Amino acid sequence: MTYSKDFLEKLYWMMLRIRMCEESLVDPILKGEIKTPCHLYSGQEAVATGVGAALEQKDYVFGNHRSHGHYLAKGGDMTAMIAEIYGKEAGCSRGRGGSMHLISPENGVMGIVPIVSGTISLALGSALSIKIKKEDKVTVSFFGDGATGEGVLYESLNFASLKKLPIIFACENNLYSTHLPINEIRTNRNIFNIANPFEIETYRVDGNNVLEVYETAQKAVESCRSGKGPVFIEFLTYRFRGHVGPDDNIQGTHTDIRPKDEIEAWLKKDPLTQFKKYLIENNISTEIDFEQIQNKVEAEVNAANDFAKNSPKPNKEDLCKYVFK
Amino acid sequence: MCSNNRKLNFGLAINEAIRQMMETDDTVFLIGQGVKSPWYVGNTCNGLVEQFGEERVIDTPVSENAITGAAVGASIAGMKAIVVHPRVDFVLYAFDPIVNQAANWHYMNGGKSSAPVVFWLIVNRGGEQAAQHSQALHSMFAHVPGLKVVAPSTPYDAKGLMVSSIMEENPVVFIDDRWLYRSQDAVPEEMYQIPIGKGIVRNEGNAATLVSFSYMALESQKAVDELKEQGIDVEFIDLRTIKPLDTEIIYNSVKKTGKLIIADGSWKTGSVAGEISALVVENIFEYLKAPIKRVCLPDAPAPASESIESVYYKTKDDIIKAIKEIL
Ligand SMILES: Cc1ncc(C[n+]2csc(CCOP(=O)(O)OP(=O)(O)O)c2C)c(N)n1
Ligand SMILES: [Mg+2]
Repeated sequence: MTYSKDFLEKLYWMMLRIRMCEESLVDPILKGEIKTPCHLYSGQEAVATGVGAALEQKDYVFGNHRSHGHYLAKGGDMTAMIAEIYGKEAGCSRGRGGSMHLISPENGVMGIVPIVSGTISLALGSALSIKIKKEDKVTVSFFGDGATGEGVLYESLNFASLKKLPIIFACENNLYSTHLPINEIRTNRNIFNIANPFEIETYRVDGNNVLEVYETAQKAVESCRSGKGPVFIEFLTYRFRGHVGPDDNIQGTHTDIRPKDEIEAWLKKDPLTQFKKYLIENNISTEIDFEQIQNKVEAEVNAANDFAKNSPKPNKEDLCKYVFK
Repeated sequence: MCSNNRKLNFGLAINEAIRQMMETDDTVFLIGQGVKSPWYVGNTCNGLVEQFGEERVIDTPVSENAITGAAVGASIAGMKAIVVHPRVDFVLYAFDPIVNQAANWHYMNGGKSSAPVVFWLIVNRGGEQAAQHSQALHSMFAHVPGLKVVAPSTPYDAKGLMVSSIMEENPVVFIDDRWLYRSQDAVPEEMYQIPIGKGIVRNEGNAATLVSFSYMALESQKAVDELKEQGIDVEFIDLRTIKPLDTEIIYNSVKKTGKLIIADGSWKTGSVAGEISALVVENIFEYLKAPIKRVCLPDAPAPASESIESVYYKTKDDIIKAIKEIL
């Protein structure tokens, strides 16, 4: 496959936006300026970016607790996200939801929640609605390796297959579910195989390789659009930060049990560094191009943070606003 | 009441109850998410895996429905399971084994089988965690026949009620709150029980009756102390158990004071506070000298932003205000 310089640089730009956005939250979290629990997406940018690039604005995405990247890659506004994280009225959920409840219906970001597997069946329902309404849309359900413990995933796989629903089950396997490494939550590490008994087309890809992610997602989207039913994709990736917050030193206890050499090995597989190298080695982009992208993203992230910090919080009188429509 | 003055915090009091019960009874085991991680369950599980091994202290995948069901099933088969959920919110995946199965088991099987399991559920709120990480759902469990529901507020009661819950022959929902984990209290080293279904008068007074439980009992105590300085003596009852309710202790006090304020850490509609109000009106209406006051959460999900989160949760000030309105 050959891609235009513009397309490839857009992928890089999106990954960098996610990375710099996440990293811009680190300091305020440590200082206590951000209180809502943030599950940072740093390290996994290639997944959201590659999948997002295969989707159109009209398509649907549902996410989980670690969804800042999904939101941005699907077109969610960065300023509204950071304002939400700061608990501001201008936030995408008007300060009611925080980091774990981002939404942007106009961009197809349909729902993000921290209940593990909580949106899988909702994503299923959105795919059902696409089918009933005969729309030309696709739904992506993002969840982690930890979500494979919940029964609702298997119930949803079965129903999606039975009704040939246009849904992509996107499992980001970052090898950990909070404090538990994958071998402590399942005997078989090959998550993509769970789709087989349901006769769902399934793939495993390098989740740190944005082009590989994009190409597989593209295939899955086409398959869904042509009415062939659901697709399962397992993305192998790794989070660079703690389960929640910058590191896992939470409430005075160090709970990150990940081995140092494992972390270092994955840092070498940084999706941004790898893709940058690819773009340089293939004479697609120059250092000047990267500098421009970097400056652009930096300006956006700074402006979004400035806006978020300076905008007002919800009024106390509005506590019960939005309970009902 | 205490045989020595050793102080223990709330989490370690629960820890000691579980350890002592596991030492005395081989059929007791602990299962749930995070029993290996202080991030999940505070210090409540300190040293348990080390002492009893991974066969009796079982950390689990994220599978609330199956794991809760497994605890119920193990209890039907003769084990004493304590299944812990580090957040009550996650338990909504496990309503079937709790409500359909465990709660009904003894009755629908004509008393021939029972499910003496402890559902230990931790409320974990505040900190801008928002709607799905802040809920206090004790009233929902209290609604269900066949479940006993305990909600201690002190380390002393936490230990005694955990012991009683494990010894209980019926399913028990043991609800606590991460906001309680910092509190300290004298806790005897030996094993002891606090009877399920018995409240306690924490302060005697004639001005009004204040009834509370779990975290709101701490706010209530603060309110009572502050009012005492103003010369107002409020009778304060910490229920400790919300199902079955200790109606006697409530009625006796309301008969004396004629005024009732209830502080309940969950939503107002369908609350334990509502149930207590109904019971008092139904049974000792003639003693009431003023409308009953309920200090509860507004009927709204927990917000994220601190600006509205801070008015969402009720404090001693809300309790004092409610009391003064009917004095
Ligand atoms: C129903 C439910 N149970 C437990 C939790 C606590 N919890 C939050 S994230 C998480 C693990 C998620 O692991 P994974 O799905 O692999 O996502 P990752 O954090 O690795 O991105 C758990 C158990 C929860 N939020 N919801
Ligand atoms: Mg994971």
